Amino acid sequence: GRYNLIFYLKICFPNDYWIQFHPFNSFVSWFGDLEIGLKETMEHGSFTDNSAATFSLTDEDHTIANAIRFTLNQDQMVTFCGYSIPHPSEARVNIRVQTTGDPAREVLKDACQNLMLMCRHVRCTFDKAVEDFKASNAVKAMKIDSQDSSGDDSEESE
Amino acid sequence: MAEGAGEEKKKFSIWDLPDVPVGQLPPHLELQRSRVSCNKDAPIHTESIQYSGAYASMGIDNSSRLDRFSNNFRVEVVRLNEDDMEFDMIGIDAAIANSFRRILIAELPTMAIEKVLIANNTSIIQDEVLAHRLGLVPIRVDPRLFDYLSENDQPNEKNTVVFKLHVQCKRGSPRITVKSDALKWLPNGSELVKETRNATSDSSSKPETYTYFGCSQETIPEFVKNPIIPKYPDIIIAKLGPGQEIELEAHAVKGIGKTHAKWSPVATAWYRMLPEVVLLEDIEDDLAEELKSKCPVNVFDIEDLGKGRRRATVARPRACTLCRECISGDDWEKRVALRRVKDHFIFTIESTGALPPEVLFTEAVKILEDKCERVITELS
Repeated sequence: GRYNLIFYLKICFPNDYWIQFHPFNSFVSWFGDLEIGLKETMEHGSFTDNSAATFSLTDEDHTIANAIRFTLNQDQMVTFCGYSIPHPSEARVNIRVQTTGDPAREVLKDACQNLMLMCRHVRCTFDKAVEDFKASNAVKAMKIDSQDSSGDDSEESE
Repeated sequence: MAEGAGEEKKKFSIWDLPDVPVGQLPPHLELQRSRVSCNKDAPIHTESIQYSGAYASMGIDNSSRLDRFSNNFRVEVVRLNEDDMEFDMIGIDAAIANSFRRILIAELPTMAIEKVLIANNTSIIQDEVLAHRLGLVPIRVDPRLFDYLSENDQPNEKNTVVFKLHVQCKRGSPRITVKSDALKWLPNGSELVKETRNATSDSSSKPETYTYFGCSQETIPEFVKNPIIPKYPDIIIAKLGPGQEIELEAHAVKGIGKTHAKWSPVATAWYRMLPEVVLLEDIEDDLAEELKSKCPVNVFDIEDLGKGRRRATVARPRACTLCRECISGDDWEKRVALRRVKDHFIFTIESTGALPPEVLFTEAVKILEDKCERVITELS
């Protein structure tokens, strides 16, 4: 079965907190050993002011971080955003978000939602473009067969 | 300081002037924002100005809201074959285009040979070299039909594909080249028998092999008429001299390019920004001929103006490789401007054969969506 541990608060500093979100993917294998696949996101920020925080994502790299940073920048409530990779051998990314007052976590979630919507739109547009291309090519092929003309000067660049 | 009598200090705003367009950037800033200027020494304005408040003082909203993105985004397919495709994505930013490229190369799953069980290898190719070469052979099978094989799982028909290779060069016959079409698919699983400790063999059931196939893979509907074979039958795996033999079994599993490059589904995938070649002044007659001859990929063309005068035009800017030959001499930089459009990407994807390239791109976008969803779930 699958266990989802609830998050727990670990108070380190008086005004700062570390919140460890629920670990993902913890399986109990057939023989009973508990394997926890660590995939946590930690938020490091201030108790009193939640408009600025650093999110530490494990098992991620430039692929998602740069894309999230781009969508964060587009958000008008963000005053500062950036990402860094503390060490290249460790798959961990720190995303820093500072906003004009909204909680940083919400802003990050909005940015991820925007990225998802952009991806969906890209996918739809791409699929349609491929279909149109295939359809127009099929028509062209039929025309060439019927007219028996040669020379299809489609532009092919390198 | 006292002004001259009778002179009033008016509040002067540049936007009041009649010919200043409101709501848009002035052309030099628009150039800076949307084009990379490729000068003779180095390109400038390469960073994309993403900050939403970048032009706030001019009253211009730089944020690309989703609706504007949806309206302006276009995809145009230029070439689409079974193995490669080239298409244009217009209206997207470099960060997202790069994410797609990284996912295409490293995070799309494929099937590749991972475990090689060698029963006999008397050839001069060492075992490990042979196994390495087998791992790199692309296999023509849809990886979405299979599951990942983790350490605790048993290899079964849902996560393993088994191949057999048994070649022998008889004494007296010339040397053989072992090509990848010698790999035979075993839809019923492994045929190598595991050695059990029990000296007394139980007369029941068949002997235990290295895989535990519940049913034959041939019964799966996708494989009924198309057997699983390597994509290219002419890849040289080994060479055998007389008297040498190779007998082995290869198990292919699902993996991603991050773990090992053999699992990368693309030969490569790359993008470049659309080049833009602009003639800053009219180039006529001899200069035009000189310009046309300078370009190695024939970007420029000559058109006749009549009365024997000729003018240079930009005919094929897309073919430009930015070799900068056209701005290399004296003064040519004043006449020709080389630029790149920052949000127009020419993507090329070359697939190794497991999946067609348009499917690969769609899967890559899906994987980026899944990553976002995972981040959102972990944040809530």
